[in-house]
Amino acid sequence: MNKPIRNVAVGCMVLFVALLVNATYLQYWEAGDLNSLSQHADNRRVRDAEFSRERGAILVRGKAIAESNKSKDQYKYQRTYPQGPMYAHITGFYSRDWGLGGIESTRNSYLSGSDSSLFVNRVIDLVDNQAPKGGSVSLTINPAAQKAAYDGLKALGKNVQGAVVAIEPSTGKVLAMVSSPTYDPNKLASHDFTEVGKVKQRLENEKLSPLNNRAIESVLPPGSTFKLVTASAALSTGSYKPDTIVRGGASLNLPQTTHDMTNENGSNCGGDKITLTQALMVSCNVSFASIGLKIGADKIRAQADKFGFGQTYFTDLDDDLTRQAISTFPDNLNSSNLPFTAQSAIGQYEVAATPLQMAMVAAGIANNGTVMQPYLVDEVRSPDLDVIKKTTPQPIPDQPAISSKVARDMTEMMVAVVDAGTATTAQIPGVKVAGKTGTAQSAPSRPPYAWFVSFAPADTPKVAVAVLVQDAGVARDAISGSGLAAPIAKAVMEAVMNR
Amino acid sequence: MTTASTLSPSALMGFVHRRRRGAELFLLILSLVVGIGAYAAVGLGVDGKVPADIIGYGGWLALLVIACHVTIRIKAEYADPILLPIVSALNGLGLAVIHRIDLATLADNPNAKVLASTQLVWMTLGVLLFIGVLVGLRDHRRLQAFTYTAGLAAIVLLLLPLVPGIGKNIHGARIWIGIGGFSLQPGEAAKVLLVVAFAGYLQLHRDALALAGRRVLFIDLPRGRDLGPILAMWLVSLCILIFQNDLGSSLLFFGLFLVMLYVATERPGWLVVGAAMFGAGAYVAYLFVGHVQVRVSAWIDPFHPFVYQVVQGMYGMAWGGLVGRGLGQGDPQLTPFGYSDFIVASIGEELGLTGVMAVILLYGILVERGLRTALICRDNFGKLMAAGLAVVIALQVFVVIGGVTKLIPLTGLTTPFMSYGGSSLVANWVIIALLLRISDQARRPPPELMGTGDTGDNDDDATQVVMMR
Repeated sequence: MNKPIRNVAVGCMVLFVALLVNATYLQYWEAGDLNSLSQHADNRRVRDAEFSRERGAILVRGKAIAESNKSKDQYKYQRTYPQGPMYAHITGFYSRDWGLGGIESTRNSYLSGSDSSLFVNRVIDLVDNQAPKGGSVSLTINPAAQKAAYDGLKALGKNVQGAVVAIEPSTGKVLAMVSSPTYDPNKLASHDFTEVGKVKQRLENEKLSPLNNRAIESVLPPGSTFKLVTASAALSTGSYKPDTIVRGGASLNLPQTTHDMTNENGSNCGGDKITLTQALMVSCNVSFASIGLKIGADKIRAQADKFGFGQTYFTDLDDDLTRQAISTFPDNLNSSNLPFTAQSAIGQYEVAATPLQMAMVAAGIANNGTVMQPYLVDEVRSPDLDVIKKTTPQPIPDQPAISSKVARDMTEMMVAVVDAGTATTAQIPGVKVAGKTGTAQSAPSRPPYAWFVSFAPADTPKVAVAVLVQDAGVARDAISGSGLAAPIAKAVMEAVMNR
Repeated sequence: MTTASTLSPSALMGFVHRRRRGAELFLLILSLVVGIGAYAAVGLGVDGKVPADIIGYGGWLALLVIACHVTIRIKAEYADPILLPIVSALNGLGLAVIHRIDLATLADNPNAKVLASTQLVWMTLGVLLFIGVLVGLRDHRRLQAFTYTAGLAAIVLLLLPLVPGIGKNIHGARIWIGIGGFSLQPGEAAKVLLVVAFAGYLQLHRDALALAGRRVLFIDLPRGRDLGPILAMWLVSLCILIFQNDLGSSLLFFGLFLVMLYVATERPGWLVVGAAMFGAGAYVAYLFVGHVQVRVSAWIDPFHPFVYQVVQGMYGMAWGGLVGRGLGQGDPQLTPFGYSDFIVASIGEELGLTGVMAVILLYGILVERGLRTALICRDNFGKLMAAGLAVVIALQVFVVIGGVTKLIPLTGLTTPFMSYGGSSLVANWVIIALLLRISDQARRPPPELMGTGDTGDNDDDATQVVMMR
């Protein structure tokens, strides 16, 4: 019987070798794949480990707006947002079960320390037997401007729907980005996971969707602020100058229909024949509709695209959850539907823009006609403060959007709007401010949207702002760009200019 | 008459097995270092301090193991010196890991049932039975008398879970019986009884099974009429598979029977016939039994959401990597059954590939020592029994660790000596006692008086032992 016993022994050895080889495969060769969250998102061990890591801070002028503090529970660190609601749509949130948002999400690899550029740091941490640390992310935000924008919207009411975006025209740095209503990211980063679940559920179900970053995620008709684009297109044709006489009056008979286009509040724009500057100053619908019909929809669309319509050039908050909206100028306009061209020329019909996009229009005019790509992340530093990555400002493609001559003319016209036109509420003593109001109708049943775009100082622009107040819960006749939106823009500009 | 035959057998072989009890004691101390050290490491890893009851716990573990050692010194002084230390190490490590998962469960729910202390009670019972077997059974050949009794008892035990009122269905497999608040797996006891029954039966009928038959394509196929027992065993296995939903036990029992049949008859044909029959039966079961289908599809696609436990076990082992997170520093509680079927995954997570390899190698050595005992045993019954007991352990380890590491479909079997579960632990301690009893007989120098002229199988076997060394 010994021969079969020996054979059985060999057979057993084969079985055990198979076990050893398979365990090696599982724990060595396949381990990297199994431990990768991107391939196995449900791997709780890896997720918990990442959640327990000391994450890098998100900084604004050296002060943390998101930081990891030691905590006493099993996760070792608690992510906190010292000024939670004010920066919520920028920082995003860091939750265990509900994913990440904002910069927490888009710069996760740096903040968590897993990025390949932090490889050396990881090796050193390993050798020193220290827990790996994340790098920090510095933002372009100007805290005073952010606060001014936040306070301005908050002053209109807790449930006001609106957004403010401020850009540095010469670089594209985003100086302020506020969306209202907002939420407290601390509540989503809490380690009380059942409570976090409830909070997330509530935020998602809320009618005013506070998680939504209205500065980039929602497009609305820009209304009269779009007249800046139409005016730029007109000046760029060469046939118009600021003092060119254009059609004014109380109404414009729209071709192909029996409808007339009228002005806000039934005004006559100060005469039947007015200058282009006058038309912008009083935001004359009749003038810009007729200009639009004269130069054609294609020219306006081309001008809009040069300012950034039709694309999203802002990438710093792009992740799986953020649905950045594309600003659009309708592309179905032709000679058979001219009334739509007329409406589009004054920012109605299907023209739709994000507050960020309207800020880019103002910034482009302010920056001698060149629109810079807006960005939020200034630099990324390793845990020992070496700069790993610094953003270099660059223009968006196909620049300049307008020639510097046209830009100068536009600036002068916009200064006139603030000095003596519809936007006197945005005046800052001692500073030349350029601006344009807007009050956009969406549907008869809904209150109009109040817009304001501006930049200052007009000669050496430091900041361009767009303010949108979508619904402030005030009486219909109290809604206007100059009444609701311009004071906020003024406060933001003052904050940037240290006034 | 040859010259050699005038010499005493021991002089002829020029080799006498030494008792090696000192070596056993040394290895036992090492095994206690593993068991008690792991227990202390769990405390350090979880609470940052050595557990307060380390003296009491370690003392009790040491007392049990030393009691075994003393019994061997008195009752089986020639027994294999490696078996007990391995078992002690595995059992100690298993206890530490169960304690580890207890601590994790208690952290979540302070009223959770503590398993490690229960397991220690079962270990004590196992050791008592171990001592009982060594004291009560002076010669393993006396078990031959109980061939058919053991067989009958085994079948009754296997069928017990199907009896309404006693049988219990736990986690989809009806292999449990409930008696007075305890849940027992009678299949574990049946395992030992079946080895005894097979060994007795095959030892008697091996000639008939071995010699008759015809040759087809290089393989000696058995006669049709000799297929009776294999058919019976095949049916029993399929019953276990279909009615008790337990592929693991089914595979274990049938595989055991086939290997013992092969050892007894020296005819690989039986393996071919048996494997074909089991394969066909299992395939039919796969086609018609839902439980089996689930297991197989889980094996093919473990990331299917339904098969949470396999995936969690794999995540745990991958998380452990080469050297593990350290005892008390992983999350083995995330793996369902991390204290029983998936205890290897828990070890893989906290002790890494290194720990898993150490455990697999310990089992390998255990099986090797068992088969070695079978080789040097002088009587056929002992050979068959030792081989059977060793193969039971080998198959069980392969089926359960292979299942957990996704080498083969997962089947519900315990990891011998490590998994939480009283029936299995006690049965395995009895298996080791029996192996030690056989090895004591095998290694004991043959009495001088039987040494003239009688050169039969025994001497042949003994010579081969010398060649092996």
